[in-house]
Amino acid sequence: MGATEKSRAVGRNVPRKEGLDKVTGAAKYVDDLTFPGMLHGRTIRSTIAAGEIENIHLGFARKGFTIADCRDVPGRNVVALIELDQPCLAERRVRHFAEPILLLAHEDRERLLEAESLVAIDYREETPIYDPEKSDHCFKEIRIEKGDLARGFAEADVVVEGEYRVGLQEQLYIEPNGVIAVPENGGITVYGSLQCPYYVHRALRVLLGLSDDKVRVVQTETGGGFGGKEEYPSMIAGHAAILAWKSRRPVKLVYDRVEDMVATTKRHPGVIRHSTGVTRDGTLTAIKIDVLLDGGAYMTLSPVVLSRGVIHATGPYRCDHVRIQGRVVATNTPPNGAFRGFGAPQTQFAAEVHMERIAETLGIDSVRLREKNAFRPGDTTSTGQKLGRDTSALRVLREAVSRSDFRAKRRAYRGTNRGIGLALFFHGSGFTGGGEVKLASKASLELTETGARILVASTEIGQGTRTMHAQIVADTLGIPYDAVEVAAADTARVPDSGPTVASRTCMVVGKILERCAQEMRRELGGRSAQDYLAERGSLVVTKEYSGPDGLYWDDETYRGDAYGAFGWGCDVIEVERDPETWQIRPTRVTAVCEIGKAIHPVLARGQIEGGTAQAVGYALLEEVAMRDGRMANAQLTNYLVPTTLDTPEIDVTILENPYEHGPFGAKGVGEMPIDGPAPAIVNAIRSLGVDVRSIPATPERILEAPSLSASR
Amino acid sequence: MQAPPMKRLLDVLREECGLTGTKEGCGEGECGACTVLLDGMPVNSCLIPFAQAQGSVVTTIEGLEGRHPLQDAFVVEGGAQCGICTPGMILAAAAIPRGATLDEIRLGLAGNICRCTGYTSIYRAIEKARSRRHR
Ligand code: FES
Ligand code: FES
Repeated sequence: MGATEKSRAVGRNVPRKEGLDKVTGAAKYVDDLTFPGMLHGRTIRSTIAAGEIENIHLGFARKGFTIADCRDVPGRNVVALIELDQPCLAERRVRHFAEPILLLAHEDRERLLEAESLVAIDYREETPIYDPEKSDHCFKEIRIEKGDLARGFAEADVVVEGEYRVGLQEQLYIEPNGVIAVPENGGITVYGSLQCPYYVHRALRVLLGLSDDKVRVVQTETGGGFGGKEEYPSMIAGHAAILAWKSRRPVKLVYDRVEDMVATTKRHPGVIRHSTGVTRDGTLTAIKIDVLLDGGAYMTLSPVVLSRGVIHATGPYRCDHVRIQGRVVATNTPPNGAFRGFGAPQTQFAAEVHMERIAETLGIDSVRLREKNAFRPGDTTSTGQKLGRDTSALRVLREAVSRSDFRAKRRAYRGTNRGIGLALFFHGSGFTGGGEVKLASKASLELTETGARILVASTEIGQGTRTMHAQIVADTLGIPYDAVEVAAADTARVPDSGPTVASRTCMVVGKILERCAQEMRRELGGRSAQDYLAERGSLVVTKEYSGPDGLYWDDETYRGDAYGAFGWGCDVIEVERDPETWQIRPTRVTAVCEIGKAIHPVLARGQIEGGTAQAVGYALLEEVAMRDGRMANAQLTNYLVPTTLDTPEIDVTILENPYEHGPFGAKGVGEMPIDGPAPAIVNAIRSLGVDVRSIPATPERILEAPSLSASR
Repeated sequence: MQAPPMKRLLDVLREECGLTGTKEGCGEGECGACTVLLDGMPVNSCLIPFAQAQGSVVTTIEGLEGRHPLQDAFVVEGGAQCGICTPGMILAAAAIPRGATLDEIRLGLAGNICRCTGYTSIYRAIEKARSRRHR
């Protein structure tokens, strides 16, 4: 069964489940829905970064308005996530600009906006901290230790040091955050644009003090997430729920673009320092890395972002002696959080630019340097994880180099306005360390008259969850793809399959579904669905995550198997500079990714192309200008994301090296493509003779950077 | 059709006509999610007061009735991921002349941001829809 049987849907580009609805305008996003008697909500936020609230003046007639503050929270005033440190509505203290303080609701949106402009808040201001190096509050510290660092440095001929900086990045899903809260059945139902229904479910239970069955969360069609709708919806859902609870009416809370950019989470900025011991012939003997991330005012998911960041910090290279120290600290800026890649794009940017600098220092070919040190099967990572047969670092590197004609172009471009750069990277699929075991995700499969229905909390946010899950189930059951339906991600109907994050939806949840389908097939024993249902009434198979045998992780020492599997990638990027302005224009990307098995090649390629484009923005365009703790360019007019004119041609090659515990051999694919382009672009700029070590590499930054010959 | 003259065409379509296929991504003319055709020309409906559209033919995604070759091609080629930019993107693409080169297509779509696809599959969808039309 499964992989051994001739597959009919897996590996083929079957029509996307909700494809037709999306191209005809029939798909319903949260702002497309209305409920009888619905009010509109609005959030009043702090205009200072640190201090205490002294007075609130409403300045408008209250009639027709529902007004709520922290005293209206029926349960605990927190956004329940890892730590209960973040209030849903500020009490006295304010820790960042745009912190939610007061909620307003009214039938009429115009009246609401007018009222908002009349609210005045007096504060007693305090001195905010914006520089993470000066922070006195550390959310999480992680240390990874392998071998004996002193010995590694003693074996080195040369030590190469460097400091690398990465900026904030906004997810910029085109549909802003939004929810509708509806009081019903003595509880609350929330419809919303979100990635993780059960995160919101838990947050609402705590906030409202309600039991499990009184809270229901339903995902509406979601116009992009990229991590930005991982934890933040718990906050906005909480606000809408408080207003709905108080007014006893449905409340819609949909952010406009400015509010979404000013108030919601972004990718953590950071400073990463490398010190590497290397022999003359280019063998890495010691790696010491220091990672500092700015978490913003509250913890959100920062410890987990740091965790993925430090585990990926060496890049895909072997070395016997490694020390990685990571810290994520508090500052008085809006909290940072999940964004595709989750710490790994930051640390692998540093790793791959550093690798280039090691080659420059030694005067050796940077492809040879990478080949020499890249992970092979049987090597161990910094956490001591022994890599399996599905380790493809060398394969993706060689494929990208030959497919892009890297060496010939590098020679040809020398001394011109064209540059070419390369980055090799890897990305762990699924939750880090013991995360999947702790999550204990569940998935269900229900027999229907015509086939089967998938019941999972995994959400479709553009990546093709419904389609790819249905393919796995169809082939495992041996029924046509069209005979598999997918239920809405509604906590009243589906079990907790864990969050839709961390490139886990295919590899982890897909695997649980495969097991459900295997059992259903056994149970059917050759009978048709109709016969079985006529005989037995119904059949629902539910399975829980069960990891491959022998996976080991120790959270105290950070030793063990950090991920079930790694995907492998290599990007080659060609750029052109404008000789006057130093504007860098990427012209062509060659992206090679090894993802185990492409369940749906068009969807998989779409993940790689889309992730690559986001990373082009990260590398060159997307600058969040923070002034006095607030985003000063919170508009699409001055926060620039790649348009058709900024996005280069992207040539994608997918390689398959099956992971034995993934469904049909699949690993994760969603996040990995965002790891490589930024260092590849910066390395291409370096090939033009400029010593750039931070992103976004805007013309100003490039002009300020020393030339390479001078800095060597 | 009656509506306040200064109301945004976007809101008139979504709220008065119940045509929610037209989306709002920014409300400031930068993302193109609200693109509709005004007498065949793509415009940002978030910037157009209703009065300005009066007497014109407005085409929204619903108006293509699922029969435009671009719609099927967007599904097949993966031109729609999350789908929020898709209605606007398809209408903008529909207004690009048939013989346009890739660079002209790029220019024609430069006002429509897609954060999911990296645009490549959108170009493929446009190619596919054209080759089908020729048959
Ligand atoms: S909503 Fe009109 S251009 Fe963005
Ligand atoms: S498909 Fe999501 S923004 Fe284009």
